[in-house]
Amino acid sequence: MGLEKINMPQLGESVTEGTISTWLVQPGDQVNKYDPIAEVMTDKVNAEVPSSFSGVIKELVASEGDTIEVGELMCYIEIEGAGSAEEPEKEENKQAPAQETPVAEEKPSAASTKPEKKQDKGNKKRYSPAVMTLAQEHDIDLNQVDGSGRGGRITRKDIEKIIASGDIPKAGEEKAEAPAEQPVQAEQKAAPTPGSSPQTPNVQAGEGDIEIPVTGVRKAIAANMVKSKTEIPHAWMMVEVDVTNLVELRNAKKNQFKQQEGFSLTYFAFFVKAVAQALKEYPQLNSMWAGEKIIQRKAINLNIAVAKDDQLFVPVIKDADEKSIKGIAKDITDLANKARQGKLTSKDMEGGTFTVNNTGSFGSVQSMGVINHPQAAILQVESIVKKPVYQNGMFGARDMVNLCLSLDHRVLDGLVAGNFLARVKEILEKMSEDNTSVY
Amino acid sequence: MAVISYIQAVTQALKEEMKRDEKVFVLGEDVGKRGGVFRATDGLYDEFGEDRVLDTPLAESAIAGVGIGAAMYGMRPVAEMQFADFIMPAVNQIISEAAKIRYRSNNDWSAPITIRAPYGGGVHGALYHSQSVEAVFANQPGLKIVMPSTPYDVKGLLKASIRDNDPVLFFEHKRAYRLIKGEVPDEDYTLPIGKADVKREGSDITVITYGLCVHFALQAAEKLAEEGIDAHILDLRTVYPLDKEGIIEAASKTGKVLLVTEDNKEGGIISEVSAIISENCLFDLDAPVQRLAGPDIPSMPYAPTMEKHFMMNPDKVEKAMRDLAEF
Repeated sequence: MGLEKINMPQLGESVTEGTISTWLVQPGDQVNKYDPIAEVMTDKVNAEVPSSFSGVIKELVASEGDTIEVGELMCYIEIEGAGSAEEPEKEENKQAPAQETPVAEEKPSAASTKPEKKQDKGNKKRYSPAVMTLAQEHDIDLNQVDGSGRGGRITRKDIEKIIASGDIPKAGEEKAEAPAEQPVQAEQKAAPTPGSSPQTPNVQAGEGDIEIPVTGVRKAIAANMVKSKTEIPHAWMMVEVDVTNLVELRNAKKNQFKQQEGFSLTYFAFFVKAVAQALKEYPQLNSMWAGEKIIQRKAINLNIAVAKDDQLFVPVIKDADEKSIKGIAKDITDLANKARQGKLTSKDMEGGTFTVNNTGSFGSVQSMGVINHPQAAILQVESIVKKPVYQNGMFGARDMVNLCLSLDHRVLDGLVAGNFLARVKEILEKMSEDNTSVY
Repeated sequence: MAVISYIQAVTQALKEEMKRDEKVFVLGEDVGKRGGVFRATDGLYDEFGEDRVLDTPLAESAIAGVGIGAAMYGMRPVAEMQFADFIMPAVNQIISEAAKIRYRSNNDWSAPITIRAPYGGGVHGALYHSQSVEAVFANQPGLKIVMPSTPYDVKGLLKASIRDNDPVLFFEHKRAYRLIKGEVPDEDYTLPIGKADVKREGSDITVITYGLCVHFALQAAEKLAEEGIDAHILDLRTVYPLDKEGIIEAASKTGKVLLVTEDNKEGGIISEVSAIISENCLFDLDAPVQRLAGPDIPSMPYAPTMEKHFMMNPDKVEKAMRDLAEF
């Protein structure tokens, strides 16, 4: 034996409830499946409700005149035979919660669940447009805000609450935060130091790779290069110079010079001399970009690049236009020695107005220098190479060198830069034993 | 104020408008003697006679066409499609003629017709008695589409539709007919077409919906209120053209928006609502705009399990609302 429910059936498309006008059965009546048990009145139809089962009517839950929603209980019927639907169903009902209990218990012991939730901060830094907007408007440091959203996400409401409370966490004045987040914060703050790009690339070192921390001079170089390349619109130019006579001149003098002076007479000194002279004639190159204005320097102080291991220094030859080739060669030697011994002082590095870079010493024949910010240009002196050159109706072996100029196109245009280079070329090509003294 | 059902609000509005203006008449299948298959026109035939309550052949294109013609000649017809599903043969009349006549004739002609149609599922109606068809008409300038949720809105908006000088499609949810009851003032009133209505004030999430789903959302909101989730509910009431200001205001209020319809998901009314929000509310949004809708399946099936899967209900809405609140 089992107890079953008979519910109000759906009696029409828009019908959601029905009113029992007459019960056709009484408790104790035996009914067969599909026998009518009640007359029901709806707005649309009057209908008889059939029994869903064969059995004995047990209890009429609804009375005549009651309005019952579709699917709600009308009466109970006791069905015969295999039935016994009630017991197993109830047992199932009992079992079900029993089975659920452990699950349910896990949840209330949310002591364990909740911290887990808190630890999941995966969405902490996923800011919605609303959160970003409010944070910017009210100058809120989001690193210091705890999110109540999924995965620790900071919700608009979180921010609105902070604004309403008036206790706004600003950048700089850090609160004592969950310690787990400190390293993240530290990393984030370290990232945007000068030098590195605003977003630190996510590059992982693999097995066997060597990680070299970026510090000191390397860091400064990186910062300067980024500053120069991102701020200065670079343009490039190159001229080829015939220095055959200069080579002869230098070869003729170098041994005697070394004996007399105690240091070498390098080609570079001649180039620096020529540049200093040309700068005097083209002061536009000896200038710097200063935002609203361009400043032309009177002094001609030439930076030269000196490399030492993984470090690059650009000490200054002061007043190069006032010095002889020997004087320049001496400065070059002194500065290079100081750099190699780590004895350069800040005085040696100050006041440069233009840079000459001896890339030729590495064998380079062409390069594009990065301007030494905030100067307006840099000249790369490349290797002197013997080449067949067509000259005066015939080919001859000539000593050729490329001079590569990088210029700040805000300050300089092609015309003046070209004139300057042409002048340097002219000076160098005219240097010869006949007319050039190193003293 | 009397408490009446959704369908009684329809009947009352029709009756009062027919009394007020003798140009108003009703036509449709079984609307006369029978009083409509849902009883929406119950009693009108007896009161106003066969000249103003016309039983028509089973030809929806004729119902719409006759109505449009009469409207162009100055009458105020209220045409009934027995089910919104059956409106398809009349689409050409509605879109090609009713929607365009004012524009096409440079204001010389107009078609102040109201076309009523019961839509929606959840009544074991199967494929051809369960559909939502509003999206078919919702990109036809010249038409207005009204889909009220409460008896108060039904009465005020149906009257406004009849008095409107252009064609209005008035979709009534057939399951709401007898399920939804509410207070309606005794005196004459109308409500503005094209204006959404805040059905519940809240600050955590915004639900924007229309028709029967408004009630699902309200029920879910009551449950969620116990959990401390405070829902703001906007009833579009007019789904074309949309109340952009109302939508922007409601979406901006909480920044978390759930859009609900029992229509198919893709290309529906709520998709347009979503577009309005993304065009206007970016900096107020705190979560991706969510759409809760029927599956992209041709129509609601008959099998109860399948119907249940398709049909919107308070549980589905509650789940989606909670999910959004927790985001």
